[in-house]
Amino acid sequence: MSQTLDAPVPVSDPIGHGKPPKRSGSAAWETPRWLYAVLAVGLVVVVVPFLWMLVSSFKPEAEVRAVPPTWWPETVTTENYDQLFTQLDFPRYFANSAIVALAVAIGNMVFCSMLGYALAKLQFPGKKVLFAVVLGTLMVPGVVTFVPLFVLTTNIGLTNTLPGMILPFLAGPFGVFLMRQFILSLPDELIQAARIDGAGELRIFFSVILPLCGPAVATLGVLTFLTSWNNFLWPLVVATSEEKFTLPVALALYAVGQNATKYGLLLAGAVVVVIPVLAVFLALQRHIMQGIAMTGIK
Amino acid sequence: MAAGTPSRHVDPTRRQQAIAAWVLALPFVVLFLIFTAGPVLASLGMSFTDMRSVDVRTPLAVQFVGIDNYTQLLADPLFRKVTLNTLLYLLLGVPLTMAVALAAAVGLNRVTRLRGFFRVGYYLPVVTSIVAVSVVWKFLLRDNGGLVNTMLGWVGIDGPAYLDSTTLALPTLVLMAVWRNFGALMVVFLAGLQTVPREVLEAAESDGASGWARFRHITLPMLRPTLLFGAVITSIGYLQFFEEAFVMTKGGPLDSTRSVTYFTYDQFGFGNYGYAAAASYLLFLAIVLLTLLQFRLLREKD
Repeated sequence: MSQTLDAPVPVSDPIGHGKPPKRSGSAAWETPRWLYAVLAVGLVVVVVPFLWMLVSSFKPEAEVRAVPPTWWPETVTTENYDQLFTQLDFPRYFANSAIVALAVAIGNMVFCSMLGYALAKLQFPGKKVLFAVVLGTLMVPGVVTFVPLFVLTTNIGLTNTLPGMILPFLAGPFGVFLMRQFILSLPDELIQAARIDGAGELRIFFSVILPLCGPAVATLGVLTFLTSWNNFLWPLVVATSEEKFTLPVALALYAVGQNATKYGLLLAGAVVVVIPVLAVFLALQRHIMQGIAMTGIK
Repeated sequence: MAAGTPSRHVDPTRRQQAIAAWVLALPFVVLFLIFTAGPVLASLGMSFTDMRSVDVRTPLAVQFVGIDNYTQLLADPLFRKVTLNTLLYLLLGVPLTMAVALAAAVGLNRVTRLRGFFRVGYYLPVVTSIVAVSVVWKFLLRDNGGLVNTMLGWVGIDGPAYLDSTTLALPTLVLMAVWRNFGALMVVFLAGLQTVPREVLEAAESDGASGWARFRHITLPMLRPTLLFGAVITSIGYLQFFEEAFVMTKGGPLDSTRSVTYFTYDQFGFGNYGYAAAASYLLFLAIVLLTLLQFRLLREKD
């Protein structure tokens, strides 16, 4: 099973950084100019919606609705943001999202490295079953579990609480898989040397292995933070009153509810959801892309 | 293993390893049992009961109704419609996403400069909230004053009200989802392309093979496992289509964009927990079958 999932991911050059082997110099292998043009057009299609969102969020409501639309704001205003952060409860939604995402990220960083190490380097009964369980969990969609989860959280008093949003995502299969892949690449000799020095098994993990996992753990932290920040279905179900909304829940309910026609407000809301994530991603993109390529899954 | 040692005693370091391994696995296992395995089984159990929201505090006091929920679902015209819609999301979304992702990956693989720059750029939508980008696209796609129709107007095309049309709304949502998702698959394909040796491609070229022939007869076959993997991951995603429709069309017009996940969420909202669980289980079944099919297909080639 592991082999099948590992198969599509080449280990040698996971992110395609490698320079191609020295070329024979035939002109056909030079990059054609038109290719850059096509790629650039594609990039424009990808990026323009974000730019338009950002720019339009600083337009007054009337200008957002203008036909034909203006590209650059004729009047620059922060009224949409003022409304989000003073009349609406966006500071709270932002805090909820951040707390949940941070807790989920920390939980995954700790628990997934632990199991990832066990699966990568230790021999123990039940290992194969456990790894199969991790891979199997990857294909369990949230829609299958949310109804019984809601019954469960209601009965243990976690509905409409932040822990109720955090706990189900505290140790995900993706993180275990990522950490296992990374730790597999660490040399066994390190562990054997520590054993000969008389270090206990848990001590080996915490003081020998974990310090070497810095980049992978950081990548995992960022990826799980982003996934949690964007998570929608479960927070939508479990947050039953407004003060527990996360940003996507609040934005979605505004977009289909009484604020559906306040375009400027909704665009500013989208900016608040999207821009922090894009900023984090752009700052750390090298690590993130590497982590993604390491597992072949998002 | 212990069986290899002459004495009946288990090697002490082996035992220490096993204990340590299970200690390290414990948090994951506990969380998995409570929040994944438990609910997956409970969902199956619930799907055979008439559980409703009033039973939420007494989940064991509900009536067993056998396969009633399932027979009712298959006869429910709305469920049939959302199943058909979900299949359409799958059948339109998967090939389109794969085609765009593959084209982008092949293009990026060919360029020598700015590869990292383009790769990050194309990946941007993947990290953003589907809810947020759906809000943005809802405005971009407005009939009057939307950016898309304004730009079409420059070349004399009078664009329709995409999201108000029972025929256009679903394909439009698919296109937006392709825009949002192709970058994820592109990264996977780009990694796969590194396994295609350039020497082989160059040799084929000097033998006179055209660009298309090289792609068709060398690159594609070598990429087969990656493509299959990508197809399954993408299919699982489209089978759970929900947020785009929730924000952009509320499942309308006339349920033309409502998906199985959306239906399940609605039924949960109406308090029909048993019915919702049954619907979600049918979806789960489809996902499991697709995944097994992937393993099967990959193994055939091994």
